[in-house]
Amino acid sequence: MATDTQLDRPTPRPASAAPRRGLSRDAFENRLFAVLRWVVIAGLLVITVFPFYYTVLLSIRPLAEVLQNPGALWPADFSLDSYGTVLESPETGGQGFLLFIRNSALVAIGTVVFTLLVALPGAYAVSRLEFFGRRQVSALFLAVYLFPAILLAVPLFVFFTRIGLRGSLVGLLIVYVSQIVAVSIYMLRNYFDTIPVSLEEAAAIDGCTRLGVMRRISIPLALPAIMANALFVFMIAWNEFLFALLFLVETRDLWTVSLGLSQRAGSIEIPTTVLMAGSVIVTLPIVIIFFATERLLTEGLTAGAEKG
Amino acid sequence: MSERADVGGVPPPAAEPVRGAPVTGGGKRGFKRRADARAGLALISPTLVIVLVMVVLPILWTVSLAFQQVRLLNIRNAGFFGDYTLANFQAIFTSEAFWSSLRTTLIYSVLGTAGAIGLGLIAALALRKPFRGRTLVRASMLLPYVTPIVAATFAWTTMLNPQFGIVNEWGQQYLGWDEPIAFLSQKSSEVSVFGVQFTVPVALLTVIVFEWWRSFPFAFLFLTARLAAAPATLEEAARVDGATLTQRFRYVILPQLMPTIAVLAVLRFIWTFNSFDDIYLLTGGGAGTDVVAVQVFYSLTARGDIGVAAAQALVLAAILAVFVGLYLRWFAPREELV
Repeated sequence: MATDTQLDRPTPRPASAAPRRGLSRDAFENRLFAVLRWVVIAGLLVITVFPFYYTVLLSIRPLAEVLQNPGALWPADFSLDSYGTVLESPETGGQGFLLFIRNSALVAIGTVVFTLLVALPGAYAVSRLEFFGRRQVSALFLAVYLFPAILLAVPLFVFFTRIGLRGSLVGLLIVYVSQIVAVSIYMLRNYFDTIPVSLEEAAAIDGCTRLGVMRRISIPLALPAIMANALFVFMIAWNEFLFALLFLVETRDLWTVSLGLSQRAGSIEIPTTVLMAGSVIVTLPIVIIFFATERLLTEGLTAGAEKG
Repeated sequence: MSERADVGGVPPPAAEPVRGAPVTGGGKRGFKRRADARAGLALISPTLVIVLVMVVLPILWTVSLAFQQVRLLNIRNAGFFGDYTLANFQAIFTSEAFWSSLRTTLIYSVLGTAGAIGLGLIAALALRKPFRGRTLVRASMLLPYVTPIVAATFAWTTMLNPQFGIVNEWGQQYLGWDEPIAFLSQKSSEVSVFGVQFTVPVALLTVIVFEWWRSFPFAFLFLTARLAAAPATLEEAARVDGATLTQRFRYVILPQLMPTIAVLAVLRFIWTFNSFDDIYLLTGGGAGTDVVAVQVFYSLTARGDIGVAAAQALVLAAILAVFVGLYLRWFAPREELV
């Protein structure tokens, strides 16, 4: 580094002073990247947003028009029929996504409730209480977080088949909670660590028991983090695909939205526009939650990254 | 309850023993420590039980199943102990399909990881300086990562569809393609650049590009956070010394980002190496994209061979463990994870 900057120092920087030599390297780079930056930003926006725009676009265009003019970027004809078809029950000729939404919501909300019930005391203990094996427990949770789901797929598939819980939402819920609880504790612990211990000590001096301190001081203070965590867990459970596929593929009535969409996606009889409406339906809750709480979520997610 | 009454303002009874603690010394503190230890174990035990029963035990069971010949049909016999045999591993290691899928997995995860981190770095740098609407743009960058995988892959398969996908339509209209490209079902294609013939693995390349698109926000998020924590004074000093933009990046910013990039590389590699959803939903594992995770799935469900599925998953995990171990040993700077 030292040699480089030394070499560059003598170059005359003001470009106007030496017009014959053209731009200095510094001025050239500044101009180049000032332009390039906007090109990159525009390009990134296109690649991230376009697939979503395309999904919405197809869901509101009639199928015949899509087949006639596949490259159009604007709907010539606007209709919400696809949404009606995808939501209606199969008896009336629809795809029954209303039922799938109910299933997804049940599993996702159940996962949030049970994960928090288990993770909150756990996170508090890991953050505040010195107990035997605390470090090992933290390491174990990190390992679980990194652990590949596909490796767990085999034994859990066999196990739940044998105890007869494979075709049930309860089985799926148990699996989700067990896999999310570790990362949930990891996130919540980071937040508990930022709450001053002195607050809790003050409450303890005033006669609060350990549980009282937790209930009256720590949890109310951590409420923003708990909310963010709840939404994060909801998103994971709502988006999950592998275990839903393994557990529920044979029981149509219990399909989640993701599973329903993936199972229908291969079929030729169902118009793509209808499935695109289903795709919007599965994405919409996530996008709404995400934009409403983006700051909470990203701060929770990167809390560990700023340490280094 | 009684706690409520205490908080209500009556002289706190607990104040006395706490104030007296230094006098009585270790005995009281030891008591508190033991109470803390008991409470800690009690509070953590539900989590611990769930994780042990639903994660740790199943992993051990996978190891045991990998050494038994169990099929879905005779699942009643699937236990922890049985007739241990190496037959599953023998079947795997002698099959050409497994080695080729291992090669695919490796290419997919190395290129996928590198591209996702590279793209994330570019995005983080481009969005570093504030401008109007940056918050919204940043949030949009994260969309591919948070969206349900099924919806994301469905949008891609439709866009790339040879009959009515917009990519092929535009390619033929504006880029002069002679015929639509089957991005997700064509194994390889001859391409000639400046008269040199190349064989391009079309489908594999497409799923790798999808992986970049899907995962770059993760790298972007962490690198943005790290960039925000980088002190401005260092760059200012380098600027005063005459370092140009690229030099400041190369010698001031990049060294600060390296620990984060190293951690990202490990995390992304682990996840990409085992990734199942993306490829299963995009190509179903066909056209030269049969990564090991997809093979595990088909062994388990389509062929119902639990033993082979367990053995494949185990080999996958073992290889991954070796890679990550070597990486941490040789390259990784000390970055605190826990």
